[in-house]
Amino acid sequence: MSDIAIEAEHLGKFYRIGCAESRHQTFREALIEMASAPCRKISRRRRPVDETGTGDPHSIWALRDVSFRICQGEVVGIIGRNGSGKSTLLKILSRITEPTKGRARIRGRVGSLLEVGTGFHSELTGEENIYLSGSILGMSSMEISRKFDDMVAFAEVEPFIHTPVKHYSSGMYMRLAFAVAAHLDPEILLIDEVLAVGDAAFQKKCFGKMHEVAHRGRTVLFVSHNMTAVQMLCNTALQLDRGQLVASGDSKSVISAYLAESGNIPAEKDWPPESAPGNEEIRLLSLRVSAEDGNRSGVYQSQCNLFVEMNFVSNTTHSALCVGFDLVTSQGETVLRSYQTDLPQDEWLKAGKGDHHWRCIIPGGLLNAGVFYVCPRISMHNMYWIVRMEGAVQFEVILNHGASPFWASLDSRSRPGVISPVLKWKSVAVP
Amino acid sequence: MRQTSLQDVTIESRGPVPAVYFRELWQYRELLRFLAVRDIKVKYKQTVLGGLWAVLQPFLSMVVFTIFFGHLTQIPSDEMPYPIFVYTALLPWQFFSNGISNAGNSLVASSNLISKVYFPRLIIPTASLGAGLIDFFVAFILLIGMMVYYGIHPGIQIILFPFLLLFAIIATLGVGLILSALNVAYRDFRHAIPFLVQFWLFATPVIYPASIVPEAWRWLLNLNPMAGLISAFRSSLLDQTVLWQDLAISAAVSLALLLLGIWYFAKTERRFADII
Repeated sequence: MSDIAIEAEHLGKFYRIGCAESRHQTFREALIEMASAPCRKISRRRRPVDETGTGDPHSIWALRDVSFRICQGEVVGIIGRNGSGKSTLLKILSRITEPTKGRARIRGRVGSLLEVGTGFHSELTGEENIYLSGSILGMSSMEISRKFDDMVAFAEVEPFIHTPVKHYSSGMYMRLAFAVAAHLDPEILLIDEVLAVGDAAFQKKCFGKMHEVAHRGRTVLFVSHNMTAVQMLCNTALQLDRGQLVASGDSKSVISAYLAESGNIPAEKDWPPESAPGNEEIRLLSLRVSAEDGNRSGVYQSQCNLFVEMNFVSNTTHSALCVGFDLVTSQGETVLRSYQTDLPQDEWLKAGKGDHHWRCIIPGGLLNAGVFYVCPRISMHNMYWIVRMEGAVQFEVILNHGASPFWASLDSRSRPGVISPVLKWKSVAVP
Repeated sequence: MRQTSLQDVTIESRGPVPAVYFRELWQYRELLRFLAVRDIKVKYKQTVLGGLWAVLQPFLSMVVFTIFFGHLTQIPSDEMPYPIFVYTALLPWQFFSNGISNAGNSLVASSNLISKVYFPRLIIPTASLGAGLIDFFVAFILLIGMMVYYGIHPGIQIILFPFLLLFAIIATLGVGLILSALNVAYRDFRHAIPFLVQFWLFATPVIYPASIVPEAWRWLLNLNPMAGLISAFRSSLLDQTVLWQDLAISAAVSLALLLLGIWYFAKTERRFADII
């Protein structure tokens, strides 16, 4: 089978947590152990590693019996929670670390982007760093010379190419670092969340570059927490959970199955009554964001109506009570603030004595892609705050307004702008 | 697609076979150059004296040793003026001592590379010797000046010089590889290396001639690879008799150390990324 790019068979990676500490703390101890108990050492070495990992609390199978095949030209997303083994898998495939069990066969030159700026030295100039970093990533000096002008142009640092990079702004530094990495042209490219760098414009540029690489028939493995990016870039996806491969196949279905599992991002919060935020008049007991279709995973398609639900217990009947929230982006930008008192006065919800469940509806087709925080806001209008918390719960929106097929083919993970509403368009008669 | 250029790599827990290991090392030879050049460029950046330090270090050591051992203690120097006697030995000695401490710390200093990208790890300690080699040649200029000043000409033995330098590199690399690999697993070595270097100096005929060691015990001295090599450095540059037997033992030990170093390094490097 010549069109297989990567074939993994029963890959396993075993870690002892705090490896060096738990075995022998120092060289002295290692020597003593070696001298005093050679037999024991040998027998311990020979003992097969515990398959389940349960026998030793200081050990973990970061990857367990993972097998898959990836064909040439496939663009594969690897998803899963933190600690599910995604990065370990990439580290094995890029040969940084070795598997404890199993094997992988790889056809073609592998380039890995596990971090940009690998091998940069702050005292060296931009040009020197391009050559150094490029050769560390596996390019020959001829190859680097050929692509040099492209890299410099991509990074937009022409005037400073002979300046030591320690004088660069962090943005310039990063752009240069990514430029080198992006011009690596391997048959197989392994990427670990490098898109999470730089300003929005540069991110877009990086994303475009990756798209280009993927479309040039290269095999790409892309590890990310950003489901939008994975969905945009990848045709197939692998899902890892606690070191095991739990799903693989068409990226759309793997992602939606993954999102349907609960609790990737905490989208709801309950407070015990004794420590609930508020005062004697009002206590906020819980806050939750869910989708109209019942999805409570914390990751929602932008076309869905979202419910922000607040549960609070009230001791007051004051008419100036405002209950609401701020919606804030992960960059700290406030998207909106809403109170129940925004409506005409006769439609206000009244918070009399007792338990209340209120729901605010954020309409679908409004929010842009991204991670949002809901910050509860309860106050006596124009008098004082009762609850004013930052980022109590969080959820992610994947841009898919559904209304038009073009929404799904956006080449970036978000539209420019804080919101991305679907507005009305009409042709009008010239008066 | 360039099917023919595609190389198959099998990743297993056993590591690559020796042939593959050395082929890869050869493929990455350019990286060796870039890393060595980086060290050379960075070494004297933001210093006032710059490359002068390469001369100043052995020169100042020579002055101190001449005062204390040449004049005050009157250590014999094989009929040579003590300054040139000690300076000739200090050049290879400083290459060796700086080399093993730089190489010994090189892997730990590059931990961000090791945990982020794959390339043959052997390149890192090897490249760290490059800067020391440049220092050696820079300091050598002063030696030529001193030879002119004292009117000492090298004899035919000078043809040995390139081989001696080669064996000095071999010995330094051998010890450096072992120390660097040990340092990854046991950071004790970061603290131990300076002492090791200090003690090693006294076990090497730098401030004293090998001739003060009784003939019967000379072999023991020469198990220190730098002992026979440094005596031979002196002989080749200062027109003295070459002690072939001493040199042979030290050269053999140097080679053995390099092989041991490569073997131990290759054996342990697979775990570097996990424990560094």
